[in-house]
Amino acid sequence: MMGQPVSGTRPDHPTRTIAAAALLAALAVLAACGGGAGGPQSQTTTIQNKGSDTMVNVAQAWAEEYKRVAPAVDVEVSGGGSGVGIAALLRGTVDIATASRNMKAEEIEQAKRNTGRTPHEVIVGYDALAVYVHQSNPIESISIEQLADIFGERGATVNWSQLGVRIPGASGDTIVRVSRQSSSGTYEFFRDHVMGNLDFKLGSRDMNGSKEVVELIGGTPTAIGYSGMGYATPAVKMLRIAARTGDPAFPPSVENTLNKTYPLARSLQLYTLGEPQGAVKAYIDWILSDAGQKILEESGYVPLPSEQRNK
Amino acid sequence: MAPNSSTGAVAPPRPARSRRSVWGERGIELLIYASGVSAIVFILAILFFILREAAPVLFSDRFSLTQFLFSTEWYPTSASNVRYGTLALSAGTLAVTVLAMVLAVPFGLGGAVFLSQFCGPRLRESLKIIIELLAAIPSVVWGFIGLTVMSRLIVTYTGAPVGVNVLNGGIILALMSVPIIVSIGEDALKAVPDSYIEAATAMGATRWQLVFRVLLPAARNGLLAAVLLGVGRAIGETMAVLMATGHAVQIPHGILDSVRTLTANIAAELGEAPAGSEHYQVLFLTGVLLFTITMLVNLAADLIIRGVRARK
Repeated sequence: MMGQPVSGTRPDHPTRTIAAAALLAALAVLAACGGGAGGPQSQTTTIQNKGSDTMVNVAQAWAEEYKRVAPAVDVEVSGGGSGVGIAALLRGTVDIATASRNMKAEEIEQAKRNTGRTPHEVIVGYDALAVYVHQSNPIESISIEQLADIFGERGATVNWSQLGVRIPGASGDTIVRVSRQSSSGTYEFFRDHVMGNLDFKLGSRDMNGSKEVVELIGGTPTAIGYSGMGYATPAVKMLRIAARTGDPAFPPSVENTLNKTYPLARSLQLYTLGEPQGAVKAYIDWILSDAGQKILEESGYVPLPSEQRNK
Repeated sequence: MAPNSSTGAVAPPRPARSRRSVWGERGIELLIYASGVSAIVFILAILFFILREAAPVLFSDRFSLTQFLFSTEWYPTSASNVRYGTLALSAGTLAVTVLAMVLAVPFGLGGAVFLSQFCGPRLRESLKIIIELLAAIPSVVWGFIGLTVMSRLIVTYTGAPVGVNVLNGGIILALMSVPIIVSIGEDALKAVPDSYIEAATAMGATRWQLVFRVLLPAARNGLLAAVLLGVGRAIGETMAVLMATGHAVQIPHGILDSVRTLTANIAAELGEAPAGSEHYQVLFLTGVLLFTITMLVNLAADLIIRGVRARK
């Protein structure tokens, strides 16, 4: 007859089935969450470490090695740039901020206003900021003034031919400038030391991190950019830098950084609010010891000379 | 004879409804009403929040709205000369969105027409599933594809110095917008009454004439809505353009130039701007600018639809 539903096509209580299934799912999720968090009930201290992208690899290496030295301490590392780390320190959301530049006076003032404590600086190593070009680029050395002319806002150099350089197999003459975003400590260091605080020329490709800069240069014959010495790959080469045109040019290396002949040598530091205490102090002391410095050296940076280390 | 008015029989009393069912029904109506209104409430709340964060800098003496809107120089963290000019960023957003729409609309609308008129049911089902899959790919994965795969292809085939540029961002955004345009466009075409199609076929129209002269005009509103949603996705996309456009602050002179969009700029810089600082407030003002641009696009499309409707 018309209107008779075919038996078996409708479950008896669809609403109840759905409600029961949803309740079971919710319970399962809660059980999983509760089980995970309620694992080992030991007292793990967590140290939050945020900041420089230049230092993020070595910070991660320190965190992993320190887990073996002090298993009760968990160090959580994230990048974002020196500016991001310092901003987080000013808000009081991290214990340690890593920075490849120094804190500015207004940032120190803001820290005192927001948190009532003065930031404490610890230098943990040195780095040479290298200027990279593609392997096929014949240029070997450059001066700070020429760099300012290429990268700076009032600079007139836009083509490789203006420097007397011809790159074999390149599709154009325009210099492709590769830079960092403004949250980067590397960006600020370069601006301070190469351009005397004048601004960058607009139109540079502003990359997210140190590795991306080198990758882009490695794939672009007409590119020039700057990044940490430890990020070199076989596709790029580092230029020798002269402080002034006509002065001797030095390559970035461990000894040239320590004896300050390389013009773009910089210090790598950690910032804490006030003097470090407890677990944070133990971690920083370990970083300054031979064990921590060995990891820094293996990552491609310049370790502290022995008189500055912790014994 | 008694007057044959319907008052001869008294209307049977309405069956009494329990108080619970009456109030229950009103409660549910209120809930549904609140859900509908909530969209407006959320939009107003978002606008209020971003305006509140951006307001202090609007009234400050050092800030000039003309410079903000019409200057190409963006130097928020300068040590010597702080300048907030978003013209190059707006040009970047415009360039990437326009290129994306030029690529996406023909493919999207064409796909919608094909799905609704020219393909068999089995092919239609499989194609729909594949297109939904395209829509489900996270935007950061698209950005990664743009940064690695697409940039290499662009460098090889166009001889550009760098593969991350307007062309790269435009292609990726087009790939992200096409599924939306196809889905909604196909729904719009399906909603055209069968009687139109039957009438056209009865008058001897070929399939192409049917599509071009009957279906597309009839479904105009829905198709415009589909394109608008695609545009909205392209303007608001952040992660993919952050990775695929080269992040350079400049007005592009060709599709092989790198640009920076308003959205990528906010994403890259908000983390380092100390909360409450001038830089932070200007970034929120950029958010207000984005909001305004999207509203203007929607308003313009609404007026076009009204104009079309009035002329009909």
